Amino acid sequence: MKRGKFGLLVLIILLGFAVLAPVIAPYDPDEIVESQTLAPSFNHLFGTDDLGRDIFSRAVFGARISLTVGFAAVAIAIIVGVFFGSIAGFYGGFIDSLLMRFVDIMLAFPSIFLILTVQAMLSPNIYNVMVVIGLTSWMGVARLVRGEFLRIRELQYVEAAKSIGCSDFRIIVRHILPNAQAPIIVAATLGMAGAILTESSLSFLGLGVQPPMASWGNMLMDAQAYMRDAPWMATIPGALILITVLSLYFVGEELREKLDVRS
Amino acid sequence: MIKIEKLTKTFGSIKAVDDISLEIFKGESLGLVGESGSGKSTLARLILGLIKQDNGEIKGIAKRDCQIVFQDPQTSLNPRIKIGEAIAEPMLIREMFPKEEIAGRVEKLLGLVMLNKEFANHYPHELSGGERQRVGIARALSSNPKFLILDEPVSSLDVSTQVEILKLLKNIKQKLDLTYLFIAHDLLIINYMCDRIAVMKAGKILEIGTKEQIIHNPQRPYTKLLLSSSV
Repeated sequence: MKRGKFGLLVLIILLGFAVLAPVIAPYDPDEIVESQTLAPSFNHLFGTDDLGRDIFSRAVFGARISLTVGFAAVAIAIIVGVFFGSIAGFYGGFIDSLLMRFVDIMLAFPSIFLILTVQAMLSPNIYNVMVVIGLTSWMGVARLVRGEFLRIRELQYVEAAKSIGCSDFRIIVRHILPNAQAPIIVAATLGMAGAILTESSLSFLGLGVQPPMASWGNMLMDAQAYMRDAPWMATIPGALILITVLSLYFVGEELREKLDVRS
Repeated sequence: MIKIEKLTKTFGSIKAVDDISLEIFKGESLGLVGESGSGKSTLARLILGLIKQDNGEIKGIAKRDCQIVFQDPQTSLNPRIKIGEAIAEPMLIREMFPKEEIAGRVEKLLGLVMLNKEFANHYPHELSGGERQRVGIARALSSNPKFLILDEPVSSLDVSTQVEILKLLKNIKQKLDLTYLFIAHDLLIINYMCDRIAVMKAGKILEIGTKEQIIHNPQRPYTKLLLSSSV
């Protein structure tokens, strides 16, 4: 099987689990159902954690969180990136320089520290996580979109649109953007992998999704003290993060080839 | 109909259009010849108002009455917009017709360029080069212009298609009582399409006259050179 198809299949399964979490999870993810740190068994597929909660149920609900945060963060990044990128690429000149220097400044910040600072100042809830990740990861999209706009705006159909009297807004939205969507789709797929990783790191550090709500990242955090006694507590969420991110990369790479996007 | 006075446009240090004065009469077809880089396209874009002149004036025509047919039908149609929508767009933007009349207008325009009305639902990549250029013409005509700039409209087509498109253009000009500015480098085509010819070089009009004057009795050595190289 091709990597891209494999990745897509895995993502569809994960998405299915996330959507159907209440149906699939055998236990309430936040409820203490059994003794602490039980090894995986038929009753508890992935074992139980340090408080006696069912890890399988928590992992399934955690998929919801990770995918939602990843998707929402990327959506924000795409919206902001497309906005700045299309204006910079379409108008060029001074506006372009100004916006691109702003992008450079944003890129110069080590974004994880920026995120940590903001999260430390705000109350670290799931919505802040989405917004903060989104607002620190749009710069790549902006550069990409700008490049596409610079290329497409020289094409004759854009000149044709100008000659029939289209407004700038109409040219950007109707004539250029639809023709720039391929690299944006690729960037969104790869960006989602990054966003899920960032969410996990944040939750691992206690600045992301807050307990008792389960996320793969904070499940890892809980597992730290039990690495020796209950290694499944760490391996399960760790493996899930790995599989999800890898699948997204596989799909992204496949799309890049299929849509013939130059990176 | 159109009076151009002392028109100048420079790009950096290059004078693309250098102090051109020119008149285009109503109902005529004026040919504009010259090698690539001579400023023909810049002149066309100035008349259309796509770029702004540094100096000089264009009188006698409103911007909305000018339209252009581009050289390359491969790139002049947006690959993601259906033919029917592309033709309807100028009408929609200018709100020239009530919305419910537009579909009928598109059909009529397709008929005018001798394309089946089924083409309205197709995307550009499903069409041949000649068909696309017909669409380009229909789009240019959709806002009822009085003046059409044809920027080498057949130079990227094969010879048999060229003949069809030229015939069509001639036919349409008569039917709709249009005025043409026909840009080309092939004097045979210019001779077929035009009443008068202007020869352009390095941003200037070297010579202008009826096609008999220019083709049979050229005054400038450069015109002679152009004639000898293309006929």
